[in-house]
Amino acid sequence: MDKRIFLEEKAREIRKGILHAIGNLGVGHIGGSLSIADCLAVLYFEHMNIDPANPKKADRDRFVLSKGHGGPAVYATLALKGYFPMALLDTLNASNTKLPSHTDMNKTPGIDMTTGSLGQGFSAAVGMATALQMDRSDAKIYALIGDGESQEGQIWEAAMFAGSRKLDTLIAFTDNNRMQIDGTVGEINNIEPLRDKWVAFNWDVQEIDGHDVIAISEAIARAKKTKNKPSMIILNTVKGKGAAFCEGKVASHNMPVTKDMAKDAIERL
Amino acid sequence: MELKNRQLRDIYVDLLLHYAGIHENLVIVEADLMKALKTTLFQEKYPHRTVNVGVAEANMIGVAAGLANMGKLPFTHTFTPFASRRVFDQVALSVCYAKLNVKMCGSDPGVMAMLNGGTHMSFEDVGLMRGLPGMTIIEPVDGVQLAALFPQIIDHDGPVYIRLLRQEFDPIYEEGTSFSLGKGVLIAQGTDATIVSTGIMVKEALDARAILLNEGIDVSVVNIHTIKPIDAALIVEEAKRTGAIVTAENHFIANGLGSAVAEILVEQHPVPMERIGIKDHFGEVGKKDFLMEKYGLKAVDIAQAVRKAIKRKKKEGTRV
Repeated sequence: MDKRIFLEEKAREIRKGILHAIGNLGVGHIGGSLSIADCLAVLYFEHMNIDPANPKKADRDRFVLSKGHGGPAVYATLALKGYFPMALLDTLNASNTKLPSHTDMNKTPGIDMTTGSLGQGFSAAVGMATALQMDRSDAKIYALIGDGESQEGQIWEAAMFAGSRKLDTLIAFTDNNRMQIDGTVGEINNIEPLRDKWVAFNWDVQEIDGHDVIAISEAIARAKKTKNKPSMIILNTVKGKGAAFCEGKVASHNMPVTKDMAKDAIERL
Repeated sequence: MELKNRQLRDIYVDLLLHYAGIHENLVIVEADLMKALKTTLFQEKYPHRTVNVGVAEANMIGVAAGLANMGKLPFTHTFTPFASRRVFDQVALSVCYAKLNVKMCGSDPGVMAMLNGGTHMSFEDVGLMRGLPGMTIIEPVDGVQLAALFPQIIDHDGPVYIRLLRQEFDPIYEEGTSFSLGKGVLIAQGTDATIVSTGIMVKEALDARAILLNEGIDVSVVNIHTIKPIDAALIVEEAKRTGAIVTAENHFIANGLGSAVAEILVEQHPVPMERIGIKDHFGEVGKKDFLMEKYGLKAVDIAQAVRKAIKRKKKEGTRV
């Protein structure tokens, strides 16, 4: 099968899972989950060395969702990959769930780091990549941060250290959807020029269309070959991508979604 | 290993080096204070197991959590305020909530920050750490105790906060004395009251005992080296036996050892109790003796609190 068709189909299925889970629950972080579906499709269905039958495989690649509120997107991806049944998506945020709002490695098979307080997952990812560097491992740590999250000081503490340490075991993404809870990132606390910032912190930087699966795939392939620098792939994305009721809307960060809204959006995908 | 007549940091780094030889996954994570604790000696021997993130304590804890997540055994080092209040959310979530095995050492606790002054003086760190599920808090009193507890800290699978003296210490224990994580030590047994002490206050408690013996008052002295989880059984046993408790700590009297002991007594065996520690104020520049005298942390202060507790016991009685 053509790679583009294959990966776009996976991204579509991930979006369906996100919409289904949040629609079933009635409310959730829909916008920032939909915006990262394409990146997750490429990571989990092309690039990452992982085994759903053995989630703790020692030499595996690992993924850290530092913007932990995008949990529903990762859960949909893990279910699609076979870490657990799709039916588990119905338990998002239910009492005693294995799928909490923010990703938790002690609860969910396939989650590699517990996150939720913004900025912290990225530092942990840098520590994980440091361990790989110490052990001269060929594995990679993939980390995804938000553009709003990039207002956290800890992101830049971690970024400076990863650049200084020439941490080529780390490949990071920014979900640059240009929106945060209180408005647009440009209005609230502008993070631009973003590319220049990462270049200045001694990272290899690529900036691509975050919804083009082939562009994502090629950027990751290039990042894997990059030596002596950590890689930042800035994904220019649209918050709520793929669901008309929330696409490009600031309110999509965490909004009510009815079963009918979800069903309608799934049919239109 | 020489455990007396040395600074505690020298013993600590010797222990790190010794156990690094046994545990290949032991690494250190630093934030530009290596020269203070002399972990530079560890770096000389194990450069590839030393990570110095620079002046960025939040990242130090996050990186340590990430290293632990990959199977390393990280020890982080900085001064107590930067090991606790500055990185509290990182310790709470990236370490404790994520259930990662990170050992966090804060040095120069309380008044021991001395000439670094109020900004570097943490009177609240034990209180912060005590609020975290799964956290173990250790305050070793001398080299013998540190050396005995160190392998237990390593073997314990979970986060540990080590509240460490850095320089001179008063030797309390004979070499070869054994200690168990979570178990308090009854150093001296008396009949009239019990002083429950930790860290630099153990010596003051023993001095207070000597002062009181001259007056015909015979007190027990307990050393709590593991503040969380605390040895509730020993405290209740002493409360039942002597009927009056005085706590002594180099920390704010709220949320630290005194609070932990009070919680146990109120629930299990209320008796008259007095607390010696820092009152509701910040620290300031000063040498150890000046600060201890100014803040009422000396043996005479403890002795006075014991007299008050015993007076209350006689007046109010004890409730069983």
